[in-house]
Amino acid sequence: MSAHADTHAHEDDHGHHHKETFVTKYIFSQDHKMIAKQYLITGTIMGVIGVMMSLMIRMQIAWPEQPNAIFEALLGKWAPGGVMDADMYLALVTIHGTIMVFFVLTAGLSGTFSNLLIPLQIGARDMASGFLNMVSYWLFFLSSVIMVISLFVEAGPAAAGWTIYPPLSALPMAQGGSGAGMTLWLVSMAIFIASSLLGSLNYIVTVINLRTKGMSMTRLPLTIWAFFVTAIIGVVSFPVLLSAALLLIMDRSFGTSFFLSDIFIQGEVLHYQGGSPVLFEHLFWFLGHPEVYIVLLPALGITSEVIATNSRKPIFGYRAMVASILAIAFLSTIVWGHHMFVSGMNPFLGSVFTFTTLLIAIPSAVKAFNYITTLWKGNLQFNPAMLFSIGLVSTFITGGLTGIILGDSALDINVHDTYFVVAHFHLVMGISALYGMFAGIYHWFPKMFGRMLNKNLGYIHFWVTAICAYGVFFPMHFIGMAGLPRRYYTNSNFPLFDDLSNVNVVITLFALIGGAFQLVFLWNFFYSMFYGKKTVQNPWKSNTLEWTAPVKHIHGNWEGDIPHVHRWAYDYSKPGHDDDFVPQNVPLKEGEEELQH
Amino acid sequence: MTALLTIIVLVFITVAIWQMVKIFDLANANNENSQVANDKDNRVNGYLMLGFLAFIYIITIVCLVKWGDLPLMSNSASAHGPQIDNLMIISMVIIFIVQTITQFLLHYFAFKYKGEKGRKALFYADNDKLEFIWTIIPVITLAGLIIYGLFTWSDIMNFEEEEDALVVELYAQQFNWKARYAGNDNVLGDANVRLINLDNANILGLDEADPNAQDDIITTELHLPVGRQVIFKMRSQDVLHSAYMPHFRAQMNCVPGMITQFAFTPTVTTAEMRQNPDMVEKVANINDIRTNKSKDLIAKGEEALDPYEFDYLLICNKICGKSHYNMQMKIVVETEEEYNAWIKEQQIFKNSLVQN
Repeated sequence: MSAHADTHAHEDDHGHHHKETFVTKYIFSQDHKMIAKQYLITGTIMGVIGVMMSLMIRMQIAWPEQPNAIFEALLGKWAPGGVMDADMYLALVTIHGTIMVFFVLTAGLSGTFSNLLIPLQIGARDMASGFLNMVSYWLFFLSSVIMVISLFVEAGPAAAGWTIYPPLSALPMAQGGSGAGMTLWLVSMAIFIASSLLGSLNYIVTVINLRTKGMSMTRLPLTIWAFFVTAIIGVVSFPVLLSAALLLIMDRSFGTSFFLSDIFIQGEVLHYQGGSPVLFEHLFWFLGHPEVYIVLLPALGITSEVIATNSRKPIFGYRAMVASILAIAFLSTIVWGHHMFVSGMNPFLGSVFTFTTLLIAIPSAVKAFNYITTLWKGNLQFNPAMLFSIGLVSTFITGGLTGIILGDSALDINVHDTYFVVAHFHLVMGISALYGMFAGIYHWFPKMFGRMLNKNLGYIHFWVTAICAYGVFFPMHFIGMAGLPRRYYTNSNFPLFDDLSNVNVVITLFALIGGAFQLVFLWNFFYSMFYGKKTVQNPWKSNTLEWTAPVKHIHGNWEGDIPHVHRWAYDYSKPGHDDDFVPQNVPLKEGEEELQH
Repeated sequence: MTALLTIIVLVFITVAIWQMVKIFDLANANNENSQVANDKDNRVNGYLMLGFLAFIYIITIVCLVKWGDLPLMSNSASAHGPQIDNLMIISMVIIFIVQTITQFLLHYFAFKYKGEKGRKALFYADNDKLEFIWTIIPVITLAGLIIYGLFTWSDIMNFEEEEDALVVELYAQQFNWKARYAGNDNVLGDANVRLINLDNANILGLDEADPNAQDDIITTELHLPVGRQVIFKMRSQDVLHSAYMPHFRAQMNCVPGMITQFAFTPTVTTAEMRQNPDMVEKVANINDIRTNKSKDLIAKGEEALDPYEFDYLLICNKICGKSHYNMQMKIVVETEEEYNAWIKEQQIFKNSLVQN
């Protein structure tokens, strides 16, 4: 697109318009808006699969002995008579984690909103490379298909946990899922990583090169800052996971010993010598921890935008917000060891990682306080997106605070791999990122589909989800502190934990209600896509550039010239203006000062 | 059948909600931009924000009252346990305070500044002083926590070996635990899984030629003398496992191909822990639950559950395969005399081998 001169782009696009076939418009589209929708819909479908798995996991934990017709219907031979197989339980845990972390909250979230918003908010006609963007989506689609196919292999899908620690993941004799299921898992992830890298490189190049006139880095909306930094983290850390996956494939199929040594299993000694599973843990978490922020930062970026717009106030402390994104990104790459305090690595390393880990609390605290201050003396418009954004800040605080305990190596000894961890990361990255995604969908649905989502359904969706999220994950901290390990198929072999079984039932009930009410959202989403109320161009009275583009999607985004930018994105309720918003493309009035930031 | 009924109920609920929403929408039909929040939405959601704040506080209180004084949190049974527990309590108190205040501010502001048509928000973009304050407060708090945490961690992990320390190997395999005591010489014999010989029952792969190995003792129950430091050497023969002993605030992974270690001094015997009032209460509660469950089981013609008696446990806490959920070993902490009597009864390695 960069070859198109601004003035000619308009005619060019119309010239192309007539040649667009169904295939180039809807399937192999190179238009970032269409690719965003493709990511969103694929992500949503994967999300439905992932959430259904979590509900089955919860039902199994709450009622372990009772045959369940739902299991029999959905799992077939893995639940004979409705009793779930223990390996299938671990497979559900594994695939649920993989799908939610990578396919929904990485590809579904970044893929959708980076694609939709980067060109529109920086004033570009499309991504730097529309072709790579298309390839990125189709690789993601391919990896999704392979991941879903892996659910149907004979010996069962991968079941070694989403962290796939070897030797469990490397040896088919250690676990049924470590055969063909794990092979497909690894292939799917390798393709996924390729997709993610192509996407990230595209986002980085686009943000650096294609900003419109006047859009300096300090005038970028915080969404773009978040997407930009997220892409950089992805480029830095995903290749390391790819290398780990490739080495694991070598160990599995070609007899190398990168991660394996001295193994005696099923009556025989294996030939592996000299490798170390701890090495795999290092490589995995070098991606695995930054991944948390790959998931979270875009959600925080969306929240910044939504909270500012709906508070009718500038985001408080723009500079501090950018600085904290950068600080979080930097720190996120040097804290991976806090997943490995009891892995057998040198205790001195544990000290170092405790130090770096707890430092992350500082920029996180700054972000939380800045959001709260943005609300102060605002004129809050409770659109569904705003509710989800406030919900995000709430779960981000609740979930983030317990990070102070898990990041402290001495305390981690006793809560490591218990439900305390499950509660912590689901709140701080699962629910928070999901809320960010919902906020983004409610906020930019009009931009994507030209129609509005129904707000009353949105309110019902938010409030039930919010209550259920706390109902599920808050009590979970306490059963974790009581020592209940995660990934247990049933706790009935431990009378010690019998007094926790009623807590587990309560948690499951909240989960089932919360899960069922996501149907409200799905209905709203698909119904409104076709029959929703038609939107006006700028329904939320927002400042950013995407709302200066016409409702109808055109190739190249703007008819005529690309708008020029004269101010930052947060001139809400600025004194001296009649309206409570001043879009970025409105020139400064005579004598008006731009805020120094 | 249950599944079908559930699905039907869900469909009905969905339809009902949809109908209700339709009615709301029809009432708003004349409004130009009816899907954007109006003053009424802002008011309702503002009050709901206050309600939600109350909900967060209530669920916190309920959890703390009902499940907050779990014996596992308060009663540690090792010398370093109270150190971890103190740090935990301090961290929890700090978290609790911060949580209570920030959630209040977030939801109260959301309620207080709910939108009204015609009101203008305050244009307030920056305040360096404020931001400095809420950067420096976390810095100081965290510096304190980091320093306290690091001292605790280093105390626990960089332990000094005491003279009378007992060396025990914890050996993990899918899906059970073995313990190996060093015997009279208090030195564990060399071992490697390559030396495993199932034919002569050398199941842990001890070096049969190593003199130190001869008097080693392999058991399926872990007995520990109270008040004496125990140094655990962890080994795994197949996949990753984690030796988790929650009552002792102890955990370390067992990694194939390397030996990991962890040490603690048990301070409370099993018998004493069973007398502990908190534990008595917990066990009584568990037995009530089990009795109720047994009634259901008997009604169904199945066997009743055994009554529960407290024991320390070593449990596997790293996903290790199909029966991960049932990989446990009983730990018995006893007096030195009881321990000596027990260990004397165990067979030493040399004698346990099957001669072919």
